Amino acid sequence: MAAGVLTKGLCGFRQPRIVAAGYSCSGPLYATATAVKTLPLQTDSTAVTDKIQNLPLETPDFFHLSELFSLKDLFDARVHLGHKKGCRHRLMEPYLFGSRLGQDIIDLDQTMAHLQSALNFTAHIAYRGGIILFVSRRRQFGHVVESTAGDCGEYAHTRYWQGGLLTNAPIQYGSGVRLPDLIVFLSTLNNVFQQHVGVRDAAKMNIPTVGVVDSNCNPSLVTYPVPGNDDTPAAMELYCRLFKMTINRAKDKRRQMELLQGLSPPGLTQGSS
Amino acid sequence: MAASGGRTVGSFLWKCGNCCFNFNTVSSNLTRQVLSRQLCVSAVLHRKNLAAAGPEKFSEEFIKKQVEEFNIGKRHLANMMGEDPETFTQGDINRSIAYLFPSGLFDKKAKPLMKHPDEVFPKQRAVQWGADGRPFHFLFYTGKQSYYSLMHVSTGSLVGSRWLLKEELEELLVETISEHDYARFIQLMERLLSLPYCSVEEDFVQRYRRQLEIQSSKQQVQPLQYDQHGVAYSTGDGRRKTATGTVLLRDSGSGSISINGTNYVHYFPVLQDREQLMFPLHFMGVLGRFDMQCSVSGGGHSSQAGALRLAISRAMLSFLSEGQVETMRQAGLLTPDPRIKERKKPGQEGARRKFTWKKR
Repeated sequence: MAAGVLTKGLCGFRQPRIVAAGYSCSGPLYATATAVKTLPLQTDSTAVTDKIQNLPLETPDFFHLSELFSLKDLFDARVHLGHKKGCRHRLMEPYLFGSRLGQDIIDLDQTMAHLQSALNFTAHIAYRGGIILFVSRRRQFGHVVESTAGDCGEYAHTRYWQGGLLTNAPIQYGSGVRLPDLIVFLSTLNNVFQQHVGVRDAAKMNIPTVGVVDSNCNPSLVTYPVPGNDDTPAAMELYCRLFKMTINRAKDKRRQMELLQGLSPPGLTQGSS
Repeated sequence: MAASGGRTVGSFLWKCGNCCFNFNTVSSNLTRQVLSRQLCVSAVLHRKNLAAAGPEKFSEEFIKKQVEEFNIGKRHLANMMGEDPETFTQGDINRSIAYLFPSGLFDKKAKPLMKHPDEVFPKQRAVQWGADGRPFHFLFYTGKQSYYSLMHVSTGSLVGSRWLLKEELEELLVETISEHDYARFIQLMERLLSLPYCSVEEDFVQRYRRQLEIQSSKQQVQPLQYDQHGVAYSTGDGRRKTATGTVLLRDSGSGSISINGTNYVHYFPVLQDREQLMFPLHFMGVLGRFDMQCSVSGGGHSSQAGALRLAISRAMLSFLSEGQVETMRQAGLLTPDPRIKERKKPGQEGARRKFTWKKR
C-alpha cells in the first residue's frame, strides 16, 4: 500500500545516516532544522591575540620549512621532468631549465624558491586557522590527495567540479557558508588537459591559490605557482607529504603559542597571559 | 496545523484500519491514485539540490515548541476520549480526530490532521559547519560529501594485490577445493568488495589477497665464471626475427671469432654482418680483448648477425661496470629488436601491397 511505503520512506529520512568509519562528523546530517549559532565577533581583540597573529610575520622562515626538503629530494622524486617540447606552454618558458631529447626539464633552483614561498604561505594560512582546499582532477592520485587532506584536518575536492561551487556558493551549500581561504592545486589541469575551472573561479572570488604547474600548464592565474612534475606518483607523494607536514607544523605551533600565552580554546573565557 | 501543499514529503496519511465509513473506502482507491500522482510532482523530489533547500523556514526553537504542544495536545485528546494518556498511539489519535471532526471532504490534505511535527514539517539538512565556519566533513566542498565519502574506499591495497590462487586457498584451508567452489569463492569476495562499507571488513579481505611482485626491468647481470686455467668467461644469448644465437666470450684473447665452427669471415662474407658483430666491442673499446665462440641457427644472414650482436652485448655485461652498462643500454645495444615479419592479409597481395588497381 502506498501509505506503508511512504511511512517507510519517512523513517529512512529521519535516522541520521552514519558516515563511513574513519571520518568523524560531529554534526547530524539530517534533522528537521538547525540554526547556526555564530560566535559574536570579538570586537575587543586583546593584545595577546594580536601578538599571536603577528609574531610569525616578523621572521622570514618562522616555521623552518627549508629543512623539510632539499634539491636532491626534488630530483629523486623526478620533479624536474616536464612534458615533451610540443606540449610546452609559452608562459612556462621562464621556469624551464632546458630540453633534453625533446623532453622539457624544469629548473629546480627556481622550483626550490617557489616551493619555499608556497609552503610558507600555506603554513601562515594554517596557523591563522584558515580553510585549505586541496584540488586535483587526476584520478590516479585522487585517493592520495583525499587521504592527505583528511590527515591534516583540511578539505579536498578531487571529483567532478560543479560550476557554481565557489561563485554560487550560497545556493550550492546554503547561506552563511565559509569559502576556503586557500586552494592548493596539485594539478592545475582537468581530465581533458584544459585549465581547471577552480583556478579561474578562485581568482574571481579573491581566494589565493598555490598550484603545481607542469610544463603544459598556464601559470598566470595561480598566486603561488610551483613549477614541477604533476604526473609521477613519486612527485605527487612528495608534494602531499610536504603540504601535510607544513600544515601540521603550523597548527601545532598555533596550539603551542596559545598555550604559552595562556589562551584557552575559543568559546571559553580567556585567561590572563 | 502546518504547511500543506506539494512541498511536504509526508502527505497526510489516514490509516484506514478501522474505517467504517463506506464512502471512505470508495474514496481511498481514488486518493491512493491521487497520492501516487502527488508524489510524482512533489517539488521536493524534483529539487536538484537537496542540501540547500532555500532559507530555513523553521528554526530549531520553533520545532521544539511544536513538539511540546503536540505532546500536551495528545494527552488532552486522550483525556477527552477517556483513554490512558500514556498508551495513546498515533492510530488512536487518528481515530479520535476522525470521530471529533467528521469530515465529508474527499481530499486527504483538506481533512483535519494531528501528527508529530517531524512528519509534518519538511526535512531540512542540518547546517554542515561549526561556529567558526569550518565544515565538519572533509569532503564538504565537493557538494555531495556523503556520496563521495562512500566512493573514498580506504582499501587502497587492492591495487597491487591479487586474489589467492586455488592451490594457495587449499593450503590455507587444508581442504580440497574444486574449480566450481573456487569460482564461487572469488565471486563472493568480489561481491563483498562491491558493497558499501566494505572497508569495515578490510582485515578479512586482506587475508585472502597476495601482493604482486613489482617486476623490475633492470638487466640481470650474470657473475663472471672462471675455467680451469683461470680465464674469465661468460655466455649470452640473443634473438632477432627467427634467428637465435649463443656466444661464449673468453677474456684475454686475441679477438678471434668462430661461428658454428667456421671463421666469421667465411661465415659472414658480407661486410655489414661482420660490422654488426664488431659494433658492441668497438663501442666499448675492447676489440682485441675477447675470444668468441658463437653458435647460431634460424633466419637469414642479417638476422643471425643481429642475434649474435645482442648475444655479445649481453655476454659483455659481466665484464663491465654500472656506468658502462648504462651507456650500452642508451646506445640501444641491449634492446632486443621486436620487429617480425608482418602477416599477409586477405584481399591484398602481401602485408601492405594491394592488388593492382584497374580503372575498368
